[in-house]
Amino acid sequence: MSDLDVREQLLQGTAPGEGLAIELVGDGDLVTADMSLSIGPAHPATHGVFRVVFEMDGERILRAKPVIGYMHRGFEKLAEYRDYRQIMALVNRHDWLSGFSNELGVALAVEQMLEMEVPERAQWIRMLMAEWNRILNHLMFIGSFALELGAITPMFYAFREREDIQHLMESATGGRLHFTYNQVGGVKIDLPRGFLAESARVSKLTRSRMPDYDDLVLGNEIFRGRTVDIGPLPTDVALSLGVTGPALHATGLAEDSRVTEPYLKYGDIDVEVPVGRNGDAYDRFAVLLGRIRVSLDIIDQIHDHMTSGPVNQKLPKMVKAPEGATYVRTENPLGQLGYWLESDGGRTPWRLKMRTPSFSNVQAIPYLVQGQLLPDAISILGSVFFVVGDIDR
Amino acid sequence: MTTVIAPVATLLPVFAPAESLLDTGGTVVSLLLKIAFITVMFLVVPLVGGYLEHKGMARLQNRRGPVEAGPAGSLQLVADGIKFIQKEDIIPGAADRKVFAMAPAIGLVATLLSFAVIPLAPGLFALDLELGLFYVLAISSVGVLGIMMAGWASANKFSLIGGLRAAAQLIAYELPLILVAVAVALQAGTLSLVGIVEAQQSSELFGTGISMWYVFPQALGFGIFFLAALAELSRPPFDMPIGDSELVFGYITEYSGIKFAMFLLTEYAGMILMSGLTVVLFLGGWQPLPGLDLPDGALGVLLGAGVTLGKIMLLVFVMIWVRVAYPRLREDQLQRISWTVLVPLSLVNLAVVAVGKVVAG
Repeated sequence: MSDLDVREQLLQGTAPGEGLAIELVGDGDLVTADMSLSIGPAHPATHGVFRVVFEMDGERILRAKPVIGYMHRGFEKLAEYRDYRQIMALVNRHDWLSGFSNELGVALAVEQMLEMEVPERAQWIRMLMAEWNRILNHLMFIGSFALELGAITPMFYAFREREDIQHLMESATGGRLHFTYNQVGGVKIDLPRGFLAESARVSKLTRSRMPDYDDLVLGNEIFRGRTVDIGPLPTDVALSLGVTGPALHATGLAEDSRVTEPYLKYGDIDVEVPVGRNGDAYDRFAVLLGRIRVSLDIIDQIHDHMTSGPVNQKLPKMVKAPEGATYVRTENPLGQLGYWLESDGGRTPWRLKMRTPSFSNVQAIPYLVQGQLLPDAISILGSVFFVVGDIDR
Repeated sequence: MTTVIAPVATLLPVFAPAESLLDTGGTVVSLLLKIAFITVMFLVVPLVGGYLEHKGMARLQNRRGPVEAGPAGSLQLVADGIKFIQKEDIIPGAADRKVFAMAPAIGLVATLLSFAVIPLAPGLFALDLELGLFYVLAISSVGVLGIMMAGWASANKFSLIGGLRAAAQLIAYELPLILVAVAVALQAGTLSLVGIVEAQQSSELFGTGISMWYVFPQALGFGIFFLAALAELSRPPFDMPIGDSELVFGYITEYSGIKFAMFLLTEYAGMILMSGLTVVLFLGGWQPLPGLDLPDGALGVLLGAGVTLGKIMLLVFVMIWVRVAYPRLREDQLQRISWTVLVPLSLVNLAVVAVGKVVAG
């Protein structure tokens, strides 16, 4: 019962001849009413304009209702008025932490409809960049999750690593957040000279710094106390809600489209999928750290496989996808990203439907926080990993 | 035949308060000197602690910290203070205006009053009360009242939860804090803070020439006291009443301008106060090293003040270090630690000290 309901009840009771209608809870010696607490849309725990309304009894949460849409920017509609080259610059903005991976999905979808063969070197470069982007994204969430638990330092450590990686990616793409490096048929421009050596150096450096996170965060007694067995997510619930990515892997299911439905050259290399035990907040965090290590392994393999050759191909003045439809799914840093591209043969898509991982992941929040304490709910909010722009699109 | 019953007071040793250096030149002058002393302790020393927090935290986090205001950013907190004074003082429409305005002052006054009995050097203190330790513990607990008032009067759900958490926390830390302080008073045989420092200097550790700082026999008590002090100050990892990622800023959420600055100042001054108390109770007060005495005269006083402040800053740095290294606990976890670990351990500590006191004579 919300505050408003209680007030209405009280007001009704004040009619002449009636006493106050007071709801008695328990044995009737202490009158309590539930409180509704609105977290967000501007709240330090929600890093973005995400809002969730908790119905609370003391500090215990009875129900939670995520309210989304504060950041709806109409990407799906905008995409219908942009041609296929312009869409690249559009889609890397809905999940701003995984810009490159988003571009990749659209590029793959258009290429699939055009039945276009992408040069081998371009495919390796795309994989390299996608993995670096994944690490960038995961580092951000490692920092922000620890911040939500009250530990301020991991954020600064994560940004130290992010700075190196962003510098590396900037040297090739010119962007630090919105790369716009993909184009239909390949990538915009070849890697600069010495990029692979620098990439190997940063990879080694990042790997050497990973134990810091194990010691500082994962091995921390208080961190364990705040996350172990908090918000466990069973695999079947996760699947029925459409949860994907690290949050799904933490439940013990290794569903990763890089392995189960390889795109690009992921079939040619070894991709490990770290999984968790029971899908609690600790597992979700541990999986995130594990995925950074796996991505570093993949990057090292890509360095060995990198071939020479062209990185893109000459396109006609106007790229027009033939009439028809296709669905492409890629393993984005936060989970399964799907693009349903439908074309009527014109220069713009007739419809571009996005299936974004964040939108599906937040669906698990009401299930997870029910009956939890407020601090645990914050721990859960931080560990399902979402980007607000990716929810609202 | 008549029995003469002596009054109880005459049976107890008479307490002679130590002479304060500030007691010179008549009542008015000494009063002004004492006010100046407490004001410096309350307004200037916390700024140094705050600067240490800015810079120390920054260095531990790959940052530089403040660099612009003053030499190496040392005037940053002064600049902040000036900024806070200029800001609009916003009172929420639904707030209980009187209680809202009073709340920051209560916490501030409680901390301010506690500084009266903290000795910095031989003779350098405002008051030497017979019940000094009792006085500090009693007065500093009043500060929580201000926090609860702020939480209630703000008419904000986050503030309310923060205030209630502070009240719940009180139960968790106050008991171990006092039990450990009792053990110290027992070993020293006095509640006067100056007396406790002198008792540490005059007794020897198991026949060696080393002075018995109470951190040696009561290492356990020292740890408990420091943890409980962190909880009393709502410092991380016990900052649940503020909990910025959960409660926005807890009971301070609705405060702005000078009132916000008062809460901030109270927090920093509280850090100095609890560190000072720890130094006095466990770390030998103004004694530079166990067994090394201060020279006599003015030099000794200056040196003693420096030593005490140095030890205080060392403890403040440890508080900052803890803040940088640990996430926040949950309220029920603090209660569990307190009742299942800290309280039994502090009782054990008290028992051991009592037995030791009897055996040693």
